[in-house]
Amino acid sequence: MPNNPLVFNSCSMTITQLRQALLAGEITPAAILEKLVGEIAIRDGRTGAYLSYPLEAALAEAAGVDLSLPLGGIPIAIKDNISVLGQPCTCGSKFLENYISPYDATVIRKLRAAGAIPFGRMNQDEFAMGSATENSAFQVTRNPHDPLRIPGGSSGGSAAAVADFTAIAALGSDTGGSIRQPASHCGIVGLKPTYGRVSRYGLVAFASSLDQIGPLTQSVEDAARILQAIAGADPHDSTCLDTPVPDYLSGLQDGVKGLKLGIPKEYFGEGIHPGVRRNVEAAIQRLAAQGAEIIDISLPHTEHALATYYVIAPAEASSNLSRFDGIRYGHRAANPTDILDLYKKSREEGFGPEVKRRIILGTWVLSSGYYDTYYGKAQKIRSLIRSDFENAFQQVDAILSPVAPTPARRIGSVSDDPIQEYLSDIFTLAANLAGIPGISIPCGLTDFDGGTDLPVGLQILGPHLGEAVLLQIAKAAEMD
Amino acid sequence: MSQVHIDVRYVANLARLELTDAEVATFQPQLESILGYVEALSKLDVTRIDPSAHGTPVFGNMRDDVPHPSLSQEAVLQNAPDQAQGQIRVPKVVTDA
Repeated sequence: MPNNPLVFNSCSMTITQLRQALLAGEITPAAILEKLVGEIAIRDGRTGAYLSYPLEAALAEAAGVDLSLPLGGIPIAIKDNISVLGQPCTCGSKFLENYISPYDATVIRKLRAAGAIPFGRMNQDEFAMGSATENSAFQVTRNPHDPLRIPGGSSGGSAAAVADFTAIAALGSDTGGSIRQPASHCGIVGLKPTYGRVSRYGLVAFASSLDQIGPLTQSVEDAARILQAIAGADPHDSTCLDTPVPDYLSGLQDGVKGLKLGIPKEYFGEGIHPGVRRNVEAAIQRLAAQGAEIIDISLPHTEHALATYYVIAPAEASSNLSRFDGIRYGHRAANPTDILDLYKKSREEGFGPEVKRRIILGTWVLSSGYYDTYYGKAQKIRSLIRSDFENAFQQVDAILSPVAPTPARRIGSVSDDPIQEYLSDIFTLAANLAGIPGISIPCGLTDFDGGTDLPVGLQILGPHLGEAVLLQIAKAAEMD
Repeated sequence: MSQVHIDVRYVANLARLELTDAEVATFQPQLESILGYVEALSKLDVTRIDPSAHGTPVFGNMRDDVPHPSLSQEAVLQNAPDQAQGQIRVPKVVTDA
């Protein structure tokens, strides 16, 4: 079988193509894994997407896999903040360097129930706090299109591996854009489902009211296949919706004729790189040419989304990360003078600067005397941002925008002012505040201050539980 | 942008976080810059607006309250940095009077 050209190309095949090859007996699950390991050995030294990949365990799973299942025999790379029993789950943090998950996340259980094989732990910004995958305690991940550039973040390892063909598909998590923005920067598909569509049980929490797990894939159809497998109610997550999961594949080819697509003027203002604007506008024109009705809309509270997010996300993070105290798991400082010293030193030694910044910020906005001014107020503005979208979806079926204001910046070119870095999520984080689904799909390439041409992403936002129409539009906008 | 002062070391202590002098010096202007940016929210009138804790109208989907097997003691202790006799060991918490 090694001489079969299908085996040779298996890593650049989509799930759809690989499934056909598997069912036709042209390739085996073990051969896919072996081929992936070969590709990782050749290219991951340059990209730095993988933190680890336990081949033996995956091969053992592959041997017993049921190929008749929807994802039977397909390896899926997992962001390092999603628990797989017996595997590391570092969250890109020194604090959890030696931690081994004692249980499976619900998404892992569901992937396996669909026949998929979780394979590989993908690098990320520490505790998913960052937009560049430069904040990992272990390694920097590089953009496969240009290794001097960031892959985006925080699911940068997941995105880079799929774009580099060292993974077939991956899971990531998205709190303010952490699936969509790296997917955009790496030229792949990234889907953040509706809040509550996918269980968060076993995802190490960053901001519990914003976090959502989703797929990063080579094609829109692959994203639909993975969402189909991981969506649905979970007794272990009370925020997970028990609404029935529709068939995401059946309407995929239905096109956009007659659909109303909204263009929010607030997402096309100043500060967008001309190459991003040009490619996104061209994608909108292609959808119009296929019969979609393009409608100008307004989301008037957009300008407040970033500030609102940077109150709510750090507040929830400071609360969630209080569990990392050096007692039950993770890093414990040596020779503490007393229990308080143990907490403080363990956290000082285990956390990186961005995590500390956000813990302090979150603690401040929740502290007595400031709670109403910051956190209480932000929660009210969150309601306004939500109703902006609700009003818009009275008028349109979906909303189109850029994913990020610019293509991938150079590694290390970040300013000392964190606000500048936070601005890269300006078009993605409102969807998390509103709990709505969003997808990023590649829509072209552009030059960005010299060097190789870089991918640009189109973002499509939909109403609550509107994943099916989102995928349908994404499929129509997908380029060959 | 209005000037917000934050006592970084005091707040870090509330979060049980020890910081070096260098970290305090770095974080101080950064945090004040972020808070200065966030201050813009205070200008918005939200008197009659209800707060949202989530983006979706989620009502706790509670499972039936039925006992079921949980993680084993061994699994729970496997990541403990220090353990003895099936328990997690910590420095003395209660001091002698």
